[in-house]
Amino acid sequence: MKSQLAFFKGLSLKNTKTGKLLQTKTGTPFQVIANKEIADHIRSWRFIVLIVLIVLTFVASMYVSLSNIKSVVNNTNDPDHLFLYLKLLTTTDNAVPPFHVFLNFLGPLLGIALGFDAINAEQNSGTLTRIMAQPVYRDNLLLAKFTGGLTVVSTLFITLTLLMVGGGLILTGVRLEPQEMLRILAFIAMTVVYVGFWLSLSILLSVRFRQAATSALTAIGIWIFFTVFYQVVVNLVVRAFLPDANLLSQDEIISYNEIILNILRIAPSQLYTDATTTLLMPSVRSLGPITMEQMAGAIPSPLPFKESLLIVWPQVSGLLAATVACFSLSYYLFMRREIRS
Amino acid sequence: MNDPIIQLKGLTKCYGTFKAVDHLDLAIDKGEIFGLLGPNGAGKTTTILMMLGLTDPTTGTVQVCGYNATTNPIAVKRKVGYMPDSVGFYDNMTALENLIYIARLNGLPEHEILQRAIETMEQVGLKNDMHKKTSAYSRGMKQRLGLADVLIKQPDIIILDEPTLGIDPTGVKDFLMLIKQLSKQQGLTVLLSSHHLHHVQQVCDRVGIFVAGKLLVQGNIGTLSGNLFGKEGYAISVTLAQPVAEPWQHRAALQTLGNITQVSIEEKTLEISCDCDITPAIVRFLVQEGYDIMSVHKKEYGLDDIYQKYFENNSTENITNEKSVSFFQRPFFKKYKNG
Repeated sequence: MKSQLAFFKGLSLKNTKTGKLLQTKTGTPFQVIANKEIADHIRSWRFIVLIVLIVLTFVASMYVSLSNIKSVVNNTNDPDHLFLYLKLLTTTDNAVPPFHVFLNFLGPLLGIALGFDAINAEQNSGTLTRIMAQPVYRDNLLLAKFTGGLTVVSTLFITLTLLMVGGGLILTGVRLEPQEMLRILAFIAMTVVYVGFWLSLSILLSVRFRQAATSALTAIGIWIFFTVFYQVVVNLVVRAFLPDANLLSQDEIISYNEIILNILRIAPSQLYTDATTTLLMPSVRSLGPITMEQMAGAIPSPLPFKESLLIVWPQVSGLLAATVACFSLSYYLFMRREIRS
Repeated sequence: MNDPIIQLKGLTKCYGTFKAVDHLDLAIDKGEIFGLLGPNGAGKTTTILMMLGLTDPTTGTVQVCGYNATTNPIAVKRKVGYMPDSVGFYDNMTALENLIYIARLNGLPEHEILQRAIETMEQVGLKNDMHKKTSAYSRGMKQRLGLADVLIKQPDIIILDEPTLGIDPTGVKDFLMLIKQLSKQQGLTVLLSSHHLHHVQQVCDRVGIFVAGKLLVQGNIGTLSGNLFGKEGYAISVTLAQPVAEPWQHRAALQTLGNITQVSIEEKTLEISCDCDITPAIVRFLVQEGYDIMSVHKKEYGLDDIYQKYFENNSTENITNEKSVSFFQRPFFKKYKNG
């Protein structure tokens, strides 16, 4: 206990030292804006509501998986049954979906809620002109808004997952494999990128539309389109164009299947689902259909982390590319635009 | 020293086919208070935005403190404090926090910021309210806080866009006096835009009248009225106790006083125009003739009249334009109907 106290003393001393250092040096405008954004998010009701929502789903899915964990770990037919912590994140009794499926539709909501009024609310309240009249580069503002939101989101997810891991350690006493930790961290990174995509999309809309309500509705519209209607539309179109399955050879069926899957993968939520299932379930070997010939000789065992990461790499780069595209488009719209309230 | 601190050359801004600012040339010297006067939609705000690099001119250049505002806006914004016409603040922060945020964005040293923010609040007279949330601020207080925002970065130039909008008359006076005082103390150059002539008249060294994207005249108020009304001379209006009957028997006698160009009578009021100031002679004459004088008023031309004058010209132009347009449109419609 004593040593801990001493440790804390040392910490606080260090803090005052860095505090003094900070006093003589002001951050760059980018840091100043980002700090303010983070503070604003944390204090806003909107974010508190979202945190409550996410924590509730987290607790619910954890509760379900904890109550089923014993039977899952004892199930020797499952090649993944020894990855206790991954099982904690993915086990379900079919009544409550696992956490990563929840995040699949709560993530966009989080991203949209943090970004839909980033620029237009400032413009409408007249603060944008005020900020832009200071010696601040315009891109600093956009970047700080994006970074601020993303920092808050990643802190939230890292905290939640570490809480989950810590709770699991206390409850079961099972050692955490390094591979599991890597997979869980990759899952968090994937989730942050996913939320980042929706955040940058909603910032783009907030630059484009003057009214916060319009940009929020448009963002939610895009989200609903991709989660609900996109699959329906693809199915309808495919059914209209696809030849009768009975007349096709197996190879053709497989190639058509690939095409349909790839079309579905335009939806960010599909990319996210692909990526998270592969990362959290080490025995997943492919995201498309596999022929019997390909499966022949394969031992049903978990893949190493690197292999799983290779499988989802296209998904990761797809999401990153979409994020960058949205972000650069908002740059393009914002950089030369006239600022007036 | 003689180099102007703000120099606009051939500045033009078009929105589609509409010319908001039309080949504007303007030079403002260091330390003067310049008033940009014009009706709503004359292009004042657009001009100011171009000076700060917040919008790009279609053609022409803006030089502020020796920097090109379009290509190097950051350097300009370091030197210039700008208060927009509708200042907004973050309502969830106190006034002091708002001010400190701006100070940080300007890169002031962190250990000076609090001290300087409090001093600036004191300067603009908000010392007692600085811990209030800005959502609780009145319009006048917000305007003052906006000025504090501008002052905390210790600029060389202050640009105020409609600073007197929405403040009550005493507030306006205080506010303008504050600006004038600060400008004289610290040698600041002030550019303020307004459509309130009296306000501008109180503080400005020089004014420019800006209508439909063009700077019609510039100079101090004396020269402006001299230019415009010099040819009309003086106008004296005398109100009498009794109505004057037409035709007036003393008209000829009055005109012998000399220099009188015109006399018009409207019941009890005589309007007399003359080339030089002969008010005493006129009063003496009327008293001798046995009239009871209620009031004598010598017209002095203020900015209002100058403004009015320019507006008259401008609005009549507009009306003739409109007429001609509708005239040309008529046959077209007829044709259309017949067809």
